[in-house]
Amino acid sequence: MYRSHVLVCGGTGCTSSGSARIIEAFEKELDHAGLTEEVKVIKTGCFGLCALGPVVIVYPEGSFYSRVAPEDVQEIVEEHLLKGRIVKRLLYTETVVEDQVKSLNDTDFYKKQHRVALRNCGVINPEDINEYIAYDGYQALGKVLTEMTPDDVIKTLKDSGLRGRGGGGFPTGLKWSFAKASVDDQKYVCCNADEGDPGAFMDRSVLEGDPHAVIEAMEIAGYTIGANQGYIYVRAEYPIAVKRLEIAIGQAREMGLLGKDILGTGFDFDLELRLGAGAFVCGEETALMTSIEGHRGEPRPRPPFPAVKGLFGKPTVLNNVETYANIPQIILKGADWFSSMGTEKSKGTKVFALGGKIHNTGLVEIPMGTTLREVIEEIGGGIPNGKKFKAAQTGGPSGGCIPAEHMDIEIDYDNLIAIGSMMGSGGLIVMDEDNCMVDIAKFFLEFTVDESCGKCTPCRIGTKRLYELLDKITKGKGTLEDLDKMEELCYYIKENALCGLGQTAPNPVLSTLRYFRDEYVAHVVDKKCPAGVCKALLNFVIDRDKCRGCTLCAKNCPADAIVGEVKKPHVIDTSKCIKCGACMEKCKFGAIMKK
Amino acid sequence: MKSLAELQALRDQVKNNMGIRSDDSGNIRVVVGMATCGIAAGARPVLSAFTEEVAKRGLHNVTVTQTGCIGICQYEPVVEIMEPGKEKVTYVKMTPEKAVQVVVNHLANGNVMNEYTIGAATK
Repeated sequence: MYRSHVLVCGGTGCTSSGSARIIEAFEKELDHAGLTEEVKVIKTGCFGLCALGPVVIVYPEGSFYSRVAPEDVQEIVEEHLLKGRIVKRLLYTETVVEDQVKSLNDTDFYKKQHRVALRNCGVINPEDINEYIAYDGYQALGKVLTEMTPDDVIKTLKDSGLRGRGGGGFPTGLKWSFAKASVDDQKYVCCNADEGDPGAFMDRSVLEGDPHAVIEAMEIAGYTIGANQGYIYVRAEYPIAVKRLEIAIGQAREMGLLGKDILGTGFDFDLELRLGAGAFVCGEETALMTSIEGHRGEPRPRPPFPAVKGLFGKPTVLNNVETYANIPQIILKGADWFSSMGTEKSKGTKVFALGGKIHNTGLVEIPMGTTLREVIEEIGGGIPNGKKFKAAQTGGPSGGCIPAEHMDIEIDYDNLIAIGSMMGSGGLIVMDEDNCMVDIAKFFLEFTVDESCGKCTPCRIGTKRLYELLDKITKGKGTLEDLDKMEELCYYIKENALCGLGQTAPNPVLSTLRYFRDEYVAHVVDKKCPAGVCKALLNFVIDRDKCRGCTLCAKNCPADAIVGEVKKPHVIDTSKCIKCGACMEKCKFGAIMKK
Repeated sequence: MKSLAELQALRDQVKNNMGIRSDDSGNIRVVVGMATCGIAAGARPVLSAFTEEVAKRGLHNVTVTQTGCIGICQYEPVVEIMEPGKEKVTYVKMTPEKAVQVVVNHLANGNVMNEYTIGAATK
């Protein structure tokens, strides 16, 4: 029996900031102090507060240590674990108020969160099936196999109001009922873990922190639609997730919770992993299934939908990781419990990956209907350096931006679509006044052009032309007609592209045009970039009154573009200037400006 | 694993190991003084005895933890038992054997062992 548990985050964020070395240090120091029989060290999934990693939590006190270095471990062991004195200097500052330590759940970052899909992330050891079982793991599967008919499961899901968390928002119960209704000798269950949006890492965290939840839900799907084989399509770029899935599948098989005659009920179901090679389009369902079949990952027209003719031409249920992670909870706690959270048409919670210009970069799970302002200002801790909020981008390359005027909108599927963005998989990138919206649109288009599979013309050529127009505008060569041309091209692509990715590719352009048209006009008419990002439209100038002639700028200029005598105002030769901004960074007097 | 009953039995068994990671605000807290004075007087085996005995008897509502020096070094090892809504009980000059008795009598059955408390020691 252990009297204390030390939980060390083993998610990708904390692993890359050295949590593996912290675990080693704990094992060494505990051994040294003779505490190995009393204190257990557990590697968990992501806690969500990635900005403060590596993160360590010590129970039973629940002390939340942030930014822990291997050198700090000795102090934690000797002071906290041996003598019971919490090491206050390492505590997450938010948990210390007037020298009193408060619970993590009372901090701004956690108090508005509600963890359903992430409930076990950072709580259990994902590489030990017993810990999942201790928290009611596989009980939902047991309940489904012994007490419920497939129609009961579908009814529960329909009543719960669960919609697909991959971005589309299609009702999950309905999707399963279509697959169940299809008659065939073989059916399949697939999991889309090919999380490709830039800045999104929700699915990775679920797979790393709670892989069994996905496995359990896929088994439930198999029982419901009558499938005995499942595939998890996961990105090869997620090595930790792949490893933990392999361990989880192995342990589940060993315990008889996966394979033949599960729990003695006669139900057979097995799972295989398929690793994606990193193509964005393979996150699109038809392309994903084509890739599992061993072909080049290209989409095909729908209908027929996967529920009728999917993997290997057989009826298939395909859901996203986060959707699956909700299902065991819905089965155990009931549809009413789930539908009591959220808004009228969007029930439950949604996980967002917060990134960009925000204090608490990390992973948050909030009830649907929470406002964007709460997410950014309260949970996210606001924007660093006193800058002003400009927009938030949701839905990655398929979504759009939400300007400050819509900050009080309640986040759900329909509200986001109404203002020209979308839920998407859950990436939420915050931008401040230093971000140029034309440049942002160009960034996403560059991504889409790169990742277009090339099968259909509107996407292959249309996005390329759209990118060229944006590039022209950022270089100061655009015209007002170009803006109209862009808009027309956007609608053309939306209507004619083959798959969802092509159809949504113009969204970043359309939504920035809608809310930030004045920035486009400034680029086109005034030949200025208001945010000071587009280099072709910038000039660096030295304010003669502020310059002291210290020569620091001239010494740091890589292009020798700054001239002047010592103690006399310097001048930038714009014909030589490469606009790198090094001079502005170095100037101690704030004499250099962008114009 | 051949049945749901077997799964539930395993869950109940492994759940015991996870208890300390949940909210423990309603628990009885056993706090062992583990400063230099406490350790020198033999608090380590006392702490282990509490942990083991509490686990052996499956007392889920008890948290065993440690603290620093409370200032009565001559009475170490000192153990305080705090139960929500009740007055704190302070046991002094503890040994592993006394610890086992405290778990059985005080924690499991609610009978304070007055003879081991600080009140008895200072008389």
